[in-house]
Amino acid sequence: MTTTRTNGPAERAQPGLTRQLLKRFVHHRIALTSLIVLATLMMVCFAAAWIAPYPRGQQDLLTGPSNPSQMHWLGTDELGRDFLSEILYAGQISLAIGLAVAVLSTVVGTVLGAVAGYVGGWLGELIMRVTDLFLVVPAIALLAVILEGLGPSPVTIVLALAALGWTYMARVVRAEVLSLRERDFVHAARGIGASDTRIILSHLLPNLAGVIAVGTSLAVASAIIAESTLSFLGFGVQSPQSSWGTMLNQAAGYVGTSQVYLLYFPGLAILVTVLCVNFIGDGLRDALDPQRTNL
Amino acid sequence: MTGAEVLLEVEDLSISFPTDEGLARAVQGVSFVLRAGETMGLVGESGSGKSMTAMAIMGLLPTSAVVEGSVRLRGRELLGLSESRYREIRGSDIAVVFQDALTALNPVMTVGDQLAEAVRVHRPDTTAAQRRARAVELLDIVGIPSPHERVNRFPHEFSGGMRQRVMIATSIANEPDLLIADEPTTALDVTVQAQILEVLREVQTRTGTTVLLITHDLGVVAGVADRVVVMYAGGVVEAADIEPLFYDTAHPYTAGLLASLPRLDRRSRDQRLYQIPGQPPAATNWPQGCRFAPRCAHVRHGLCDEDVPPPVEVGRGHTAHCARVDVWRTEVE
Repeated sequence: MTTTRTNGPAERAQPGLTRQLLKRFVHHRIALTSLIVLATLMMVCFAAAWIAPYPRGQQDLLTGPSNPSQMHWLGTDELGRDFLSEILYAGQISLAIGLAVAVLSTVVGTVLGAVAGYVGGWLGELIMRVTDLFLVVPAIALLAVILEGLGPSPVTIVLALAALGWTYMARVVRAEVLSLRERDFVHAARGIGASDTRIILSHLLPNLAGVIAVGTSLAVASAIIAESTLSFLGFGVQSPQSSWGTMLNQAAGYVGTSQVYLLYFPGLAILVTVLCVNFIGDGLRDALDPQRTNL
Repeated sequence: MTGAEVLLEVEDLSISFPTDEGLARAVQGVSFVLRAGETMGLVGESGSGKSMTAMAIMGLLPTSAVVEGSVRLRGRELLGLSESRYREIRGSDIAVVFQDALTALNPVMTVGDQLAEAVRVHRPDTTAAQRRARAVELLDIVGIPSPHERVNRFPHEFSGGMRQRVMIATSIANEPDLLIADEPTTALDVTVQAQILEVLREVQTRTGTTVLLITHDLGVVAGVADRVVVMYAGGVVEAADIEPLFYDTAHPYTAGLLASLPRLDRRSRDQRLYQIPGQPPAATNWPQGCRFAPRCAHVRHGLCDEDVPPPVEVGRGHTAHCARVDVWRTEVE
């Protein structure tokens, strides 16, 4: 029956919102691990110029293809290039493409999806019919045609993938906005005299954050896979540049030989990246939801 | 109260919606006057058009609604104002407290941010610190304990009654002349209901705002309102000060509503709770004449089902829309 007001749970100081968000994210074990793994992978890839055991594309024709050894941890390919160094350099392209496509398609998709959902009318119809159009055309075929036209390079690949990728985001955001804009708190915001811009920016967007986080992580993952697919098929990154997809393409030649394991490394790099990005998205979504206070 | 300045005049307000089955009329020919500082109850059952009337005053009806008549705030016509002009009025001259506080607060914003936003919309020149101080002050006004600490909390960390207090705080952020409370206690349990009404009353004495209280609960009205307007099927049936409405009822519908209230001095074993026979008419299919006529025990055919009855003055500031207003009350005895 003491009257001190220091220990009651209601009197505890409320930490800042960003700190709360961070705290929730940190408590999401898999997401945190994934973030560390992905950050390490990115640092290693982008620091390849300094830490890669051999310079990019250095050939050693006398060695030829060789098994992993102390000199070459992952072995060498038929031109005698160190496979570990190649993977690090290729990762730069793959990761950069993945992130750039994700950012571009998230921004474009969110804006167009929000407009389609909030404004509606003929403009909304037009946007949604365009996304339908992309849905019915086989993506790989369309990408191949676009890249044939533009000429394959990392920049055109990013543009082509983003041109297709925004439609997924737009559909998800539109659906979410359609339900959010009918919620009472949006009416209440209108009741205090808030403008449409304010409603979208300060009421809809924060509520969309979870959906956007998941959508972006999916976009990173699918862009890396799509780039690999394109490069594997020969429409993507061209020699002398290489990505994990082009490495897969080259390593496919080793199927049936003792060096088939060369196929596994770029594949593993893609797998780890995609998994990490997905878990991070998952963790972000949970962290962005203030109702999850299970700490 | 009659001497006070007229704040809001609603004149011959009609609202209808085009539907596949023809024009659905939600409100027709509603007129009333609100004087500064008073609390007026707008009473009616679901579908009587009371919320529609409120939304018309706020200019928040869906764009498909066809609105006719006149709504004047301090003599200034509101109907037909551009959206940006209306935005300046909403939240600063007229504010609304919605029915369901559980959903009317943004779940991902702290209540402090939502209160600050209400201030910022109309006073963008204030600093963040000023807005925050105002948010704390507002929470204090509506009786939320330790507002300094609660201001950083999210809506889900508040109980239903506390959330409704926050809603009231949001609506009075800019000291509006008119506060429309749209069924503010319907989603709450009875004890909390009483607290919220108390908060409304306190806010009113503190800020001198005029309150339009929309409710289906005559008990709520009896507790807080100075005047009452009773609506049925989109029209006003009776308007009176609170006492005459209860003790000198002039419209059979109001009488039916009062008779339907459960009473402690009646023994339930030998008397079932009274209910008005029949159903309110569909909005697409209103009967001719008095819309209550098909359910009225005192109906006279050839009179009640001919024309919509005009208001009849039965006392000072007391009107009833009933063609048989002098007759039906003698029939009761």
